[in-house]
Amino acid sequence: MFKYLFAKAEDIPAGSAAIYFGYSSIIWFVIGTGLGSFNAAKLAFPDFVMGSEILSFGHMRQVHVLAVILGWISMAFAMAMMYITPALGNTKLWSEKLGVWNCFLWNVGLSIGLFLLWMGVTSGREYSDLPWPIDLVVVLGLLVPLCINVLMTIKTRRTQGIYTTNWFFGAATFMVIIVFTVGNSPEFFQLTGLTEAYLTWWFAHNVLGLWITPVAAAISYYVVPKVTGNPLYSHRIGHLHFWSVVVFYSTPAAHHLMSAPLPEWLKSFASVEGVLILVPAIAFVSNLLLTMTGKWRMFVENIEIKFTITGVLMAIPLNMQGGFQQTRAINWYVHGTGWIVAHAHLALLGFSTFLEAAAVYYGLQTLLRRKLYSLGLANFHFWMLLIGFTAYWVSMTIAGLIQGAGKIYEVPYIDVVIAEHPYMIARWVGGTMVFLGNCVWLYNMYMTARVGTVIPAGRLPHELAYER
Amino acid sequence: MAFREYKIGSRMFGLAFGTSMFITLYMPAVDIQNVSATSIAMDRQLSFGRVGGFSYEDPFLLGWAKPITVQISQDPKTGAAIESTRAFVYEKDVPFPNGIRHPRILGTEPAAVSESKGRINEASEDQGAVFIVREVVEGGVMIPYIENATATRGWLPAATLSKANESQRLLVGKGKIMFVREGCWWCHTLLPEQTQDWQYFGAPPMLGDFNGESPTAFGSDRKGPDLTHVGSRNSSREWMVMHFFNPRLVQSHSIMPRYDYLWGEKDASGTVIDYDGWRAAYTAYANGESIYPPEVPLPAADSEARALIDFVLNLK
Repeated sequence: MFKYLFAKAEDIPAGSAAIYFGYSSIIWFVIGTGLGSFNAAKLAFPDFVMGSEILSFGHMRQVHVLAVILGWISMAFAMAMMYITPALGNTKLWSEKLGVWNCFLWNVGLSIGLFLLWMGVTSGREYSDLPWPIDLVVVLGLLVPLCINVLMTIKTRRTQGIYTTNWFFGAATFMVIIVFTVGNSPEFFQLTGLTEAYLTWWFAHNVLGLWITPVAAAISYYVVPKVTGNPLYSHRIGHLHFWSVVVFYSTPAAHHLMSAPLPEWLKSFASVEGVLILVPAIAFVSNLLLTMTGKWRMFVENIEIKFTITGVLMAIPLNMQGGFQQTRAINWYVHGTGWIVAHAHLALLGFSTFLEAAAVYYGLQTLLRRKLYSLGLANFHFWMLLIGFTAYWVSMTIAGLIQGAGKIYEVPYIDVVIAEHPYMIARWVGGTMVFLGNCVWLYNMYMTARVGTVIPAGRLPHELAYER
Repeated sequence: MAFREYKIGSRMFGLAFGTSMFITLYMPAVDIQNVSATSIAMDRQLSFGRVGGFSYEDPFLLGWAKPITVQISQDPKTGAAIESTRAFVYEKDVPFPNGIRHPRILGTEPAAVSESKGRINEASEDQGAVFIVREVVEGGVMIPYIENATATRGWLPAATLSKANESQRLLVGKGKIMFVREGCWWCHTLLPEQTQDWQYFGAPPMLGDFNGESPTAFGSDRKGPDLTHVGSRNSSREWMVMHFFNPRLVQSHSIMPRYDYLWGEKDASGTVIDYDGWRAAYTAYANGESIYPPEVPLPAADSEARALIDFVLNLK
């Protein structure tokens, strides 16, 4: 990678940036889930590794969250954008060199930011924990170059129209810059009190709603038609999805603070808009599942489709929860409990991760022109992720319902802690399975690059048979 | 962008996104800004200092340049006995909180009274200042305001500190930094919910209780009890010392981590703390091999543990 930072633009092979982003994202996924597993162990066994400030839960929890969001998920997105956007425009990436630099800055900037965060240098605001000098690095070094590269690639495309995936890529890379800049501005401009608390959750909501969810969906709009060979079921439903994301998903930020003393009109407005999130969700899920018509065998037989459709199916419970748990009728019961933790993992580890994993599997095979090293290991990865996640989600949902009951009946808090303990252990087991699955994935992709069967020109990766 | 539909589309996108930002950013910001600060908000920001997270003056969150909250019953200038008063001492070069720097954060009326009666605009960070929170009735309405006691009463920071002994000084500002840095708020919320927490965790906050505070550290994921009013439920410093050193000394089922590392190298008497020995003795006690747990060392006056305990006891 380093040799291309100062190489002439024409000497950098097409796809280099995407490949570096792909491997970086897997490594960050291993780091992020490893931290998650370690943190979960501390919640189950509080005296596991003690006496060290650096290895305490309060110093590592936010590092886990941001390593997964900015490392794994966002770098997998960058990887997907850097090979899907040119592919859909029948062109090359606008600047491969900018892409390589972007990947380099992303790894360096994120490492520095997470190191500082780990040492305790924090803004004290959830999801926007990074201190503002690091926020500037994230915006200028990570997000703006990515946005320029994606938009310019769309602009220099050699096709007539713009495919659905690229609408989302172009819009989301632009919106995430606005969201990140505005969301982190309270720290820089010294906004205080409830304004700051509201903006903190405005950021947390919109980074999911205008970045993670639409980009993950956009990836599946590419992978499913590409691998199955079916055209997308409906361009129009894609339109409905896109516009309802922009209009509905960008507005309900205040529903994260339903129990805070925010103005009542704001909470009511957010709650109504929150239910309307079901519009893009239903449009997306139905469009993708109908695209699968006649190719459902591939859900079992093809690893990329298996990952993608599992992620799409997880969008159903995700959005049913997300749409309704924020209404006053339900929120008062589950607010601030493990239910919400389970929901957040359903969004990031369930829905979104499965879609990105498919993109990284498929993209690295396409770009390296090498068939996946082992289907067995890939299936092992899939089931470790799915079973580990399910164990996590079920146990945290139950723990959340226990907490909710304890909360409304005003049970002494320690009794809630005692009742939750078995589920804390189950959550740790689930999280550890995800981590181990990812270690296997890293090995599998490393071996793919080293000894994977070379894919002949003109063939697609999924057309070749596996050798292992 | 060769197609007309993309011209229309990009304009529609700008309109939709812009409207959304107007409704979700501009309108709430204007609405929240019109709320006046309560005396609770003034007390909070004056005891916490300017920022509870990363800042220029304290980039590594070590609790540098923070105010000290004191309880005094002697006038620092004249030495005469006064009613017990809570004062916030800002020594030289300690940054003032946002409500002093930008009084409009306090709301129209409190800001006007703080400037006219409280003379906060005369306070200078180069000199340091002592603040107190007061209330005045104007036209039948109670208006809280901040008084710059250095200007109004001639209370100098050093003189004010000298009137408070060690137990009357609370390092709340440094403690807030510890609370944020150590991630206490990942498990303990600072926000009793409006619907069902009244009886167990106390009254939820009001709209104007946070003007000027940053960050609010509400927390979102409750794995331990809410701490907003914890100082009212449990005001025992001895309990807090044991609980922070090893929570399972006082609550055998607690899943809270041990914060013994905040004690530093030496305890209050200057003795080097033998952590390994303590843990071995505790393990023997936990296994039933000894009858009594080992004695918990008292935190030194300048230790991080003391500041954090001050902060928690101050949450009333």
